[in-house]
Amino acid sequence: MKCAIVVFPGSNCDRDMAWVTEQILQQPTRLVWHGETDLGEADLVILPGGFSYGDYLRCGALARFSPVMGAVVRHAQAGKWVLGVCNGFQILTEAGLLPGTLMRNRELRFICDQVAVRVERRDLAWTCQYDVNQILTLPIAHGEGCYYAEPPVLQELEQRRQVVFRYHGTNPNGSVAEIAGICNPQGNVLGMMPHPERASDADLGGTDGLGLFQGLLAWYAENACCRLSL
Amino acid sequence: MPPEPPTPLPVYRAEIYITLKPSVLDPAGTAITKGLQQQQYEGVQQVRIGKYIELTLTATDPATAHAQVERMCQEVLTNPVIETYRFTLEAGR
Repeated sequence: MKCAIVVFPGSNCDRDMAWVTEQILQQPTRLVWHGETDLGEADLVILPGGFSYGDYLRCGALARFSPVMGAVVRHAQAGKWVLGVCNGFQILTEAGLLPGTLMRNRELRFICDQVAVRVERRDLAWTCQYDVNQILTLPIAHGEGCYYAEPPVLQELEQRRQVVFRYHGTNPNGSVAEIAGICNPQGNVLGMMPHPERASDADLGGTDGLGLFQGLLAWYAENACCRLSL
Repeated sequence: MPPEPPTPLPVYRAEIYITLKPSVLDPAGTAITKGLQQQQYEGVQQVRIGKYIELTLTATDPATAHAQVERMCQEVLTNPVIETYRFTLEAGR
């Protein structure tokens, strides 16, 4: 499974992500500068966390216009995997690949913590290694992680089962419907505020996030193709 | 005779105000409302916080400048999911 991790000016989780895909999972991984326009033969494209363009104007607003985003959109439209974590999730919403937006945390504070996250469905490559309703402990680190969508959009998200992860117990940022991560209707584009890559190495204190990457890998091996056949 | 230099396009100056839609909770505005009320400004009812952007641009005429600023607001400067905007436009120097 070939992995491409897009590096924007201000990305700071790109190497953590590469550690997981390249070192832990032993998959070919390429860091792609945001000015490039070709993602090569990538099966999985990851938009990592950080503060692209200093979060100026709005989180992810300027990154959306980076040259590489044309290729990311085409990759997504071709049904291939796209994962956006934290700032990457914000970029996916700004780019229109996922609905809604991420707003300032309800309490206005930047939160760096471990939170409980519930898996809502397991019929996706992302979650096939988890159980439905399984509670994961994942790190979060964000100031603008409060997911918001207009009521009709939210209703549609629920109807199409696009909510993949919800906060369990405490809602750290005020997200509507406790949403921590959503996918597009086809399920190949996933955006989430918690950081699975920071919970994938036992040396860092937890491995609850590793299942997400292992799930993709298992799905990839089984289908020998990166396209989802849902 | 050397050709006449092209006439420079007129400059316009836009002042853009971006605020959260009324239907969207503004946590920063709410915090300031409470802060002001605690400072004995009990009459303060609601505070909304937004962004102010000023920019200059050249365009052939005011209508074109207006249309360009409108499009910038819709496509780049605001997130239509949560934000709304208004702007003023005047001939600059």
